[in-house]
Amino acid sequence: MPAILSVQNLNKTYAGDFVALRDINLEIERGEIFALLGPNGAGKTTLINIICGIVNPTSGTAYVNGHDIASEFRRTRALVGLVPQELPVDSFTTVEQTAAFSRGLFGKPADPALVEKVLKSLSLWDKRDTKIIALSGGMKRRVLIAKALAHEPELLFLDEPTAGVDVELRQDMWKVVSRLRDDGVTVILTTHYIEEAEEMADRVGVINHGEIILVQDKRRLMRELGKKQLTLSLNAPLDRLPATLGAFALELAPGGSELVYTYDSNENRTGITGLLGALQEAGIHFNDLDTSQSSLEEIFVDLVKRPQ
Amino acid sequence: MNFQAIKAIYLSEMARMFRTAVQSIVAPVLSTSLYFVIFGSAIGSRISEIDGITYGAFIVPGLIMLSIMTESISNSSFAIYFPRFIGTIFEVLSAPVSWVEVVLGYVGAAATKSVIIGTIIFITANFFVDIDIAHPFVALLFLVLTSFSFCLFGFILGVWADGWEKLTIIPVLVIMPLTFLGGTFYSISMLPEAWQKISLFNPIVYLISGFRWSFYEHSDVAVGLSIGATVGFLVACLLVVRWIFKTGYRLRT
Ligand SMILES: Nc1ncnc2c1ncn2[C@@H]1O[C@H](COP(=O)(O)OP(=O)(O)O)[C@@H](O)[C@H]1O
Ligand SMILES: [Mg+2]
Repeated sequence: MPAILSVQNLNKTYAGDFVALRDINLEIERGEIFALLGPNGAGKTTLINIICGIVNPTSGTAYVNGHDIASEFRRTRALVGLVPQELPVDSFTTVEQTAAFSRGLFGKPADPALVEKVLKSLSLWDKRDTKIIALSGGMKRRVLIAKALAHEPELLFLDEPTAGVDVELRQDMWKVVSRLRDDGVTVILTTHYIEEAEEMADRVGVINHGEIILVQDKRRLMRELGKKQLTLSLNAPLDRLPATLGAFALELAPGGSELVYTYDSNENRTGITGLLGALQEAGIHFNDLDTSQSSLEEIFVDLVKRPQ
Repeated sequence: MNFQAIKAIYLSEMARMFRTAVQSIVAPVLSTSLYFVIFGSAIGSRISEIDGITYGAFIVPGLIMLSIMTESISNSSFAIYFPRFIGTIFEVLSAPVSWVEVVLGYVGAAATKSVIIGTIIFITANFFVDIDIAHPFVALLFLVLTSFSFCLFGFILGVWADGWEKLTIIPVLVIMPLTFLGGTFYSISMLPEAWQKISLFNPIVYLISGFRWSFYEHSDVAVGLSIGATVGFLVACLLVVRWIFKTGYRLRT
């Protein structure tokens, strides 16, 4: 079976010679949850919009389920759902009508039972006869998700689905995503909330200045790039670090009662043994110790700040 | 062909039209009826017959055309401009549809509306003047062809316009003058020789003339030429719409 999505040598230059995407190559596996991380203006929306048929690529192409997005657009678009970043909605139709409209637009026969199921899963069933103009921003986003799910896509794009969204909707959304995962739907999402990628995604891609700089299994990424910190709670607070400990990557926490040691867990020698010996010699005693791993956010910030 | 999509677009556009029925149906019918009152009854009785047709009856086909052309352009241009303006067009662009489905859905609904308006105006006209239609099927053909081709033209206008002013300026600056000069209220043969020649460059002359022929067998140009000109305009508009969707002109960046 072909990959659900295969992007090949994709480039986009907007009018005015602005290069938004440079030679993007990306393979997405069927059924995975893929998080595309990147700062504002990195090209995430451009990439998604090209695959969905909203933006014309300058060169290169993409295949959805083995079909070319340009020459076989009917087959590819029927498989793809999109929840856009903005909230464009038809204010004067009702929630149920607009979901049914999307289903028809994507070539699927009417199925009121399915629309009902989708609306219920997004807590929209009570509002089915409400005109969209009367809904809050969060509810409008739910409506857009319902519209995309109403035509049963096999590949779903969520473009910054949780930007400016309340906690309740965010939780509902993740419930929907895990249900989709169970149904075998592939989900590609972009987000600024890195903890979400950390929580939900199987793989993570990092895009910056129109280039994909990294694609990796999330756990491996965190393991490989992850720095660890060892925090020691001291018996007696220190005013400053003794000079004998200057060789270690140590920091004295404000208040002086905690020492934080940063090390790379991938190194053969973490330096912890040496540090403990040096502390002993300096007469510094601790009553507790704790280790923590850096979050994906820290890894991400580290990556995009790295000089090219 | 994605028939479900055609149905979805067509029905949602028709629903939009019935939501705004007062503005979209009652208003054009009312304003056209005023012409009948003024020209058909009040002034018309003082104007001599044109080739044996009373003036009130003579202007009916022209007024129906005038109404259909302006309504077709404004409804159809709005139907596509508005989704572009608020961004909901993204869904149509990302759907498995080609220009064919889009045209049949949006333009088909706008043209249906125009035919409905034309029919209501015709029925209303009967209250004011006596009308017999000599060739009902030809009349219907002109009604449908004109509605569809001007809706297509409006669609192109709605894609081209990048502001509300542009949307309204073409109907006011181009279509209205051409329609008024196209023989809505008079026969081209009533003009001085030179103006008769110039009028033949006005495409709307052919439409009104052909439509009037189907009523009274009175025409300024041969009816075959009228049908040919209308079909030619329709095909030209179809080709432009096809080009718009192939290239993404003003739709896809
Ligand atoms: N229609 C457009 N015309 C010109 N430049 C654009 C257009 N759309 C986006 N851009 C530019 O392309 C870059 C990438 O934008 P986008 O794909 O929206 O990034 P992201 O979604 O990652 O924030 C940005 O610098 C943006 O200003
Ligand atoms: Mg974006």
